[in-house]
This record gives sequence, C-alpha cells and structure tokens, in this order.
Amino acid sequence: MAKTYSAGVKEYRETYWTPEYSVKETDLLACFKITPQDGVPREEVAAAVAAESSTGTWTTVWTDLLTDLDYYKGRCYAIEDVPGDDTCFYAFVAYPIDLFEEGSVVNVLTSLVGNVFGFKALRALRLEDIRFPIAYVMTCNGPPQGIQVERDLLNKYGRPLLGCTIKPKLGLSAKNYGRACYEGLRGGLDFTKDDENVNSQPFMRWRHRFDFVMEAILKAEAETGERKGHYLNVTAPTSDEMMKRAEYAKEIGAPIIMHDYLTGGLSANTQLAQWCQDNGMLLHIHRAMHAVLDRNPHHGIHFRVLTKVLRLSGGDHLHSGTVVGKLEGDRDATLGWIDIMRDSYIKEDRSRGIFFDQDWGAMPGVIPVASGGIHVWHMPALVAIFGDDSCLQFGGGTLGHPWGNAAGAAANRVAVEACVEARNSGVEIEKEGKDILTKAAAHSPELKIAMETWKEIKFEFDTVDKIDVAHK
Amino acid sequence: MSDVQDYKSSLSDAAASRKYETFSYLPALSKDSTRAQIQYIVDKGWNPGIEHTEPANAVSNYWYMWKLPLFGETDVDAILAELEACHKAHPNNHVRLMGFDNFAQSAGTAMVIYRGTSV
Repeated sequence: MAKTYSAGVKEYRETYWTPEYSVKETDLLACFKITPQDGVPREEVAAAVAAESSTGTWTTVWTDLLTDLDYYKGRCYAIEDVPGDDTCFYAFVAYPIDLFEEGSVVNVLTSLVGNVFGFKALRALRLEDIRFPIAYVMTCNGPPQGIQVERDLLNKYGRPLLGCTIKPKLGLSAKNYGRACYEGLRGGLDFTKDDENVNSQPFMRWRHRFDFVMEAILKAEAETGERKGHYLNVTAPTSDEMMKRAEYAKEIGAPIIMHDYLTGGLSANTQLAQWCQDNGMLLHIHRAMHAVLDRNPHHGIHFRVLTKVLRLSGGDHLHSGTVVGKLEGDRDATLGWIDIMRDSYIKEDRSRGIFFDQDWGAMPGVIPVASGGIHVWHMPALVAIFGDDSCLQFGGGTLGHPWGNAAGAAANRVAVEACVEARNSGVEIEKEGKDILTKAAAHSPELKIAMETWKEIKFEFDTVDKIDVAHK
Repeated sequence: MSDVQDYKSSLSDAAASRKYETFSYLPALSKDSTRAQIQYIVDKGWNPGIEHTEPANAVSNYWYMWKLPLFGETDVDAILAELEACHKAHPNNHVRLMGFDNFAQSAGTAMVIYRGTSV
C-alpha cells in the first residue's frame, strides 16, 4: 500500500524513535549524550538527533515519498540515564551502512556531527562513541604500516619507543634545530619530533629543516648502531604542498613523517596515509585542536571517537595523553582509548567509557604516544600504564637536562630499560618505581642528575572530563 | 660549566658508543637477571630463539640463527644452556635472545645476553 503525501510538520518520534528495532551487524551505531532544552521530551529530542544526522529535516517533503525512507533513515533505538547527571541522557542511534561512502570517515563525521550539533532543541550534544561495523572498517585503508611492521622496520622489540619533541617550539634555525635532534638521538632516543606548529616558517623553511635533520639521523645511527627517526612534519596549507614535502622526505631516506589530522583535515590525512602505505613510510599523527572538540563533558566529540576516526583514516602513531603529565586525561578513559588504538577487538566496557564492541578485523593498530610534561620520575607509571607498544616522549624532560640533550636522552633510555627489566622480572614497577630508578642511577650519572633535577615536579589537578559514574 | 659532564660517544670509539637495542643501556644482565628474562619469555607463551653476529655487522636485520628457534621449549635451564653453547662457539659475537610471538608475527622481545667485542 503506497503512502499518501500530507504536507506539514510531524513529530520526529513518529518516524525516528523505534525502541522495538534490533540492530543489524552492518549498522553503524552511535551513542550521543544529549542535554535537551527544558520541557522537550527525551524521545522527541533523541529522535530529532537521529533524524537530523541522517535523512530527516524539519518538515515533511514530497520527495520523501520517492524513496524508501524506512530503509535509509537513522533511528534511535534506546535511551539511557547518564549516571550521576540528570541534565542529560544517552541516546543510541543506528544508521544503515548505505548512508556512508566507503572508506570515508569524512562522510561519516559530516553526517553524525554535522548540522545536528547546532539544533535548537538541544542545549548541548556530545558524540560519545561510534561502533563502526566490520563491513565498513574493511573499506578503509587504515594505518600505513602498523605496530609490528614499525618494530621490524626499526628493529625495536620488547620495550616502549622513546622520543623527544624539540624545543623551543618555534624560532630555531634549521642548523641549530638539527643539532638539537642529533644530540637527543645519539644519547639513546629512537625518535625526535617536530613540534606541531613547526611547518615552514620564515625562520626555518621545511626543506632546510629536512636536510639538516636527516644528517642528524644518519650520524646518530652510525654512532650508536641503532635505527633512528625524526617526525618530519609535512602539515601544510594545501594537500599538494603536503605531498611535495612528503615526497622529499622519502627522497632523502627519512623513515617517518608527521601530520596534524584535525587541523590539517581528514581528507588530507587519509590521502597522506595511503601514500605512506604505498611508499613504505611511517606516519606520526598529532592531534592539535582535539581538546576543543573533546574536553567539554556535555558537548563535542569524545576522544575515543576521534581515535577510531584516525585509525580508519590512517596513522601509525597517535597522541593519547599521558595520564600523569601536564595535560588532561582520566586514567580509565585513557586505557579505553589506547585499547581502541591497538587491539583488534575491544569489548563494551562502561568503566572505561566504551559503549560498543568494536571489531577491527585485520586492520593494523596505532601506537599511542604519551607526550606532554613528563619526566624520568614518571617512567615507572608510564611503562605500567602504556606497556611496550607505545611511544614515550619527553620534550622538556630530555632537553632540560642540566648536561644537555644527549645526557637527557641517556637518562630516559636507562630509566625505561630499567623499568622494563624489572617488570619482566615480576616487580610491581609503579610501587617499586623509586627503588628501580635509584638502582639504575647508580651506574648512570645522567639518570642520577635527572632525578635530582625533576624531583619535585608534579601535575596534580583534577580531571575535567571524567567517566560518567554516579557521584551522588 | 665545571659541573657539566661530557657525553662520551663518537664514531671512532665503538666500544663506548655502539648500542644494540633493548637493555644495551644497562650493565650486562647477571645470570639471575637473565633467568628472569627467559622466564618472562616462557610465561608470555613466546618461542625462544638465539641469534648472533659479529658486532661490525649488527645493523643487519638477519643475524645468524643458532640452530632453529627453540619451539615449545619452556625449560629455563635448557634455554640458558643453548645461550652458553652459542657464546662458546662464537665468543667475540653478540648473542641475543629472542622471544618470537607467532600471533603478532613479530618478535615480542629481543635482548643481547652476551656482548661481543666491539671494533
């Protein structure tokens, strides 16, 4: 029986609230945290979110009848209380996979966090999690190399990787900058890193930087006999320019390049990741702008969603927060999204803020990068929290060493190896951290001085964005 | 500046400068520590393996395999004995212990147990 057309405004819930719906394996599922305007019923506002992020608009249109809207529509299938917060609730929405172009996280986000976020009936809206069906995951290219390949390329096994962001962030000349890299690498780092805002400024154009840094890498490799890299930031004003810089990095033999996936944009990131896979390059991903999107507990996009988006778009490293350093990051939530980066199957776990099972199939994992205000005293906790498949980055914690970068690097290298050795021997390293480091410092004057320098520095502020649990 | 210590590392001083990845920034492992690391590999369910090389060729991906990986070997003493046998046969070489993770299809860990004579 064909439907008849009647113009006018229908309540969203008549069409988009379907509590009887059972989700399909191929559906893309989303969990939104909705803070409605006063007096708007939950079902109506949840249905509006489903409608506005899929097929719906504010009024009935005659062209609705030219298609099978019941097939294409997103639908809200469940509503739940948010523990400890009566101002908002969770809405679970299922979208048919046909709504999204294959291999395009750009398209998924344009729907799910598009117009709907400005919808007037909402005071605030947050995308908490997405379940990407394996059928969709298989259409995405994903990380260029993945964790195992990176280890094989760099010959680094059984320990976290060690990095350092070169400081000052801005203002060094290319030759001085290369010196800072060389000193860190010869001291025992695996990687040095361009800061995110180092692109190609007048004081240091990208090409000079690439050349000097490459000389630093090669000399440090010859000196130590270990493989080294520097994340050459190819983030650029246009994707053509980005590709030009990436091609040059490959030409001079650099093993790894870097991109800022949010400010640079997801189309550019996906393009670069595919190029890296084709050209045997590793890709380090920075996340400038993420806190704008993910820090407010009531509005925006949770970082676990941005993590999934990056794994699909492609990157071999992604900054994850440190838990212990100067930047925001709840421990349980962080453990949740580092699982999302690395594991092939992640079970729903509300205690870590994970709302859905997520199957990545054979898609390679991403190495979480802990960076920001960490120093050698944090090492035992970092090794315990992040495990081997991680990259620990000490910027000030390397360069601020009283004897310089090489000594600072050596101090961190000794510390990470001492923690891994102790952990492998069955020692509880977070509890015994002080003893482990003190023992290691007995044969490393570089570590001993580092421990004295940073003894008192702590970053103990309360986390703004916590897992939702009953606080009452 | 008199408090600042020089970092001793150079192209010409191989013994002081050349490293060989995990644990090479620590003093050589004692016998007991080595046993603990072997036990760790066994407990992880990884397959132990032994490889060695002349220090001058340590950069290569492919060190010489000592026999075959010790598939399924869980006896710490037996693995220790193979390490010693490899060292005895190649006293100037680096001898490293591998833990092969066949699920990751990669080494779970690798560490030099006997340090060769750097040149």
